[in-house]
Amino acid sequence: MRRCEVKTTLIETQDLASPSRRYFLTATSAIGGGLLLGLGLPARPEVRDTLTTDAPFAPNAFLRIDRAGKVTFVMPMIEMGEGTYTSLPMLIAEELEVDVDKVALEHSPPADAYINPLVGVQMTGASTAIRSMYVPLRRAGATARVMLVTAAAQRWKVDPSSCRAENGMVVHAPTGRKLGYGALADAAGKLPVPDKVALKEPGDFKLVGTPHRRLDTAGKVDGSAKFGIDTRLPGMKFAVVAQSPTFGGKLVGVDQAKAKAVSGVTQVVRFDDAVAIVATHTWAAKQGLAAAAPQWNAGPNANLSTVDIVDQLARASEKPGAVARQDGDAAAAIAGAARKIEAVYEQPFLAHATMEPMNCTVHMTKDGCDIWVGTQVPGLTQAAIMKLTGLSREQVRIHNHLLGGGFGRRLESDGTVRAVQIAQQVQGPVQVIWTREEDIQHDMYRPYYYDRISAGVDAHGKLLAWSHRITGSSIVARYNPAWIKDGIDPDAVDGSADQPYEFGAVQVDWVRQEPPGIPTTWWRGVGVTRGTFVVESFVDELAADAKVDPLAYRIALLDKKPRAKTVLQIAAERSGWGKPLPAGQGRGIALCIGFGSFVAQVVQVSVDNQGVVKPTRVWCVVDCGVQVNPDTIRAQMESGIVFGLSAALYGEITIKDGRVEQTNFGDYRVLRINDVPQIDVSLVKSLAAPGGIGEPGTSCVMPALTNAVYAATGKRIRKLPIANQARVAA
Amino acid sequence: MITLNVNGKPRNLDVPDDMPLLWTLRDVLAMTGTKFGCGMGLCGACTIHIDGQPTRSCITPVSAAAGKRITTIEAIGATPAGKRIQAAWLALDVPQCGYCQSGQIMSASALLASKAKPGNQDIDNAMAGNICRCGTYPRIRAAIKRAAGVKDAEV
Repeated sequence: MRRCEVKTTLIETQDLASPSRRYFLTATSAIGGGLLLGLGLPARPEVRDTLTTDAPFAPNAFLRIDRAGKVTFVMPMIEMGEGTYTSLPMLIAEELEVDVDKVALEHSPPADAYINPLVGVQMTGASTAIRSMYVPLRRAGATARVMLVTAAAQRWKVDPSSCRAENGMVVHAPTGRKLGYGALADAAGKLPVPDKVALKEPGDFKLVGTPHRRLDTAGKVDGSAKFGIDTRLPGMKFAVVAQSPTFGGKLVGVDQAKAKAVSGVTQVVRFDDAVAIVATHTWAAKQGLAAAAPQWNAGPNANLSTVDIVDQLARASEKPGAVARQDGDAAAAIAGAARKIEAVYEQPFLAHATMEPMNCTVHMTKDGCDIWVGTQVPGLTQAAIMKLTGLSREQVRIHNHLLGGGFGRRLESDGTVRAVQIAQQVQGPVQVIWTREEDIQHDMYRPYYYDRISAGVDAHGKLLAWSHRITGSSIVARYNPAWIKDGIDPDAVDGSADQPYEFGAVQVDWVRQEPPGIPTTWWRGVGVTRGTFVVESFVDELAADAKVDPLAYRIALLDKKPRAKTVLQIAAERSGWGKPLPAGQGRGIALCIGFGSFVAQVVQVSVDNQGVVKPTRVWCVVDCGVQVNPDTIRAQMESGIVFGLSAALYGEITIKDGRVEQTNFGDYRVLRINDVPQIDVSLVKSLAAPGGIGEPGTSCVMPALTNAVYAATGKRIRKLPIANQARVAA
Repeated sequence: MITLNVNGKPRNLDVPDDMPLLWTLRDVLAMTGTKFGCGMGLCGACTIHIDGQPTRSCITPVSAAAGKRITTIEAIGATPAGKRIQAAWLALDVPQCGYCQSGQIMSASALLASKAKPGNQDIDNAMAGNICRCGTYPRIRAAIKRAAGVKDAEV
């Protein structure tokens, strides 16, 4: 028997236990005075501060205190709505003993110091912000606090143990003397960095675990918050880009004269597969593009449609795949079972449709390249531009911004690469904007996945064995092949190979099948979202087959997962699980264990006599271990639920004649305020290691919704989106 | 030349008559609080007020605003309704990524200015044109009610 247990995805949470594995602490006296506490690799002084570009020195640190006592935190993660610009400062402030509302925040530049230890690159994604930074940022705060206390004790010639830090000051308790951090920063910067500092026990937390107002809200209610698209530079031009509508097509003609005849158009920039119109404002650029009327050669995918891609997936799924998990002999057990139950699940291509369309502003200069963009991966973006331009790392300066939505889209650098290609032909700075149509038609998509799954049950419906073959595109193989282990893409089988239920034999394997010409990438919840949909739908099918309540069926298979059982039971209690509903209504339940968190959800739906599915209530219970900012956890669950409902109800990118059929929010429908159910979020208190919260809410809600449709109508949804599938049964 | 009244200030602009207000504000006047989202009036990110009426600036040419009062997110806090909406947004931590929130606040402020005690249906009608991909809708609804002093039981 071979057992290849695939732990959840790309991350190793046990790294939390040895936070110093990668990091070491450095401290220096900051130029201009004060304490500059670094956590990570040695400084590269040429890396510039991204917010104050005239700053005379480069922060390589998470924390800076100047002589005036101003405390600045440099955020290793970018804020895209998930709340890290509040929760991460809370971690530092908790140990540093400063008022978190008074600290200044800066975006981190690309630098090794900010590498996310759970993924090995500088990345905000995979719901890792708190998981990766829970210990390192508290250690950064505690180390600075110890050094400041030591500096004060030396100045007063007293025992450091008679001093304490509070509210940005060191206090000598016996005499009542006080010194602010600013007055101590120079002296603290000259001290050796202590090898070990004691971190607070969770029971002693004053900030962590208590709801705290977001630090980024003020700028987001008065229009002053700056996203990449808000970059404005003297002499800046504006460009729109059009890529070949068919994947792999080529530009064959552009009416340059007509484009340039549009008032404000300054330049037409041609590429092999795209054209950009540069102008004095975006409107002129858009008008210029319409006038340019680009002509395309459709290329090798001219006849491609979704049906072809699904056919290819279906055929590929008949071949054996790379085995991700094998407990016992599932094939034999299913063959020998009283009955075999089988199903095929399909999940479509999806766009991200971030509210801020893709954009990037670039200024190519004699000594390099400045890039203003919002990115989840500043380091990878910098590397991509170095490769494109041949410039050195120091010459490619990334100025990161708040992200108007990420959801995985801004883990890619394709837009920045294109913007730099355009800027290489433009004098002065240029802002390149993807129109919404271009953003949707040239996204990089959540891949289409095709899952065959079967189970063997005995005469009483008891589950004996399970076989699951997953077929689809490998994002990892393109993004970071080093993450592939033993021939298995850990993302492709995430949420599937590690499905939590215990019974008899299990086999999970994976077949890689790439859609021709269509770029694929991460999408909120990644493999967990896809795997959870299949596993939780099929478990529901098995419960129905056994004529057992879906909640009771799950609980019986979760003896070794007490946290999973608990969230399911609380969700059931809160939702009134089991209480009768009127005809046409139903409740569905699902469990998601992912990103280090346990989430259970009950969705209640009504299905009208036209077959229109309306989710009316969602109960969500989350145990994410230690909670940093509980209100952010609630907000992320609400967010994940709405995002997942949009996808499960309507989300679908389809291909016809080699191009994406959808163009804008009119035909790529997402939830609006009148579509949103009442959402009830409950948090389970826990002292377990913190888990991620940005994604599991999305992963859990899709099967909970389709299971509710089954409960309401008897129609099992095996292919997303639901669209009008409930019509048949209604 | 066209003269626009933007947040109480006259602005003389040399732009084409058919240029949408969105690009005039963002690219010519460098007022970036008003956001580009879809360009077709489908998402509401670009919502401004013209004579107090919520208007999608991405499909409204400058010529349609001549002689009228344009109010943007940068100045909505100076109106009584806008001030209450912003305060409620802060109190409930409505924004996540924040990109759509200028438009949400402009639509919500217009609603509150026109209806002191909006009910759920009023909120749906006024806000259904504004998309939020972060899913802040439950908090948007709660914040509008808070700004209006409406309790859930009253609607």
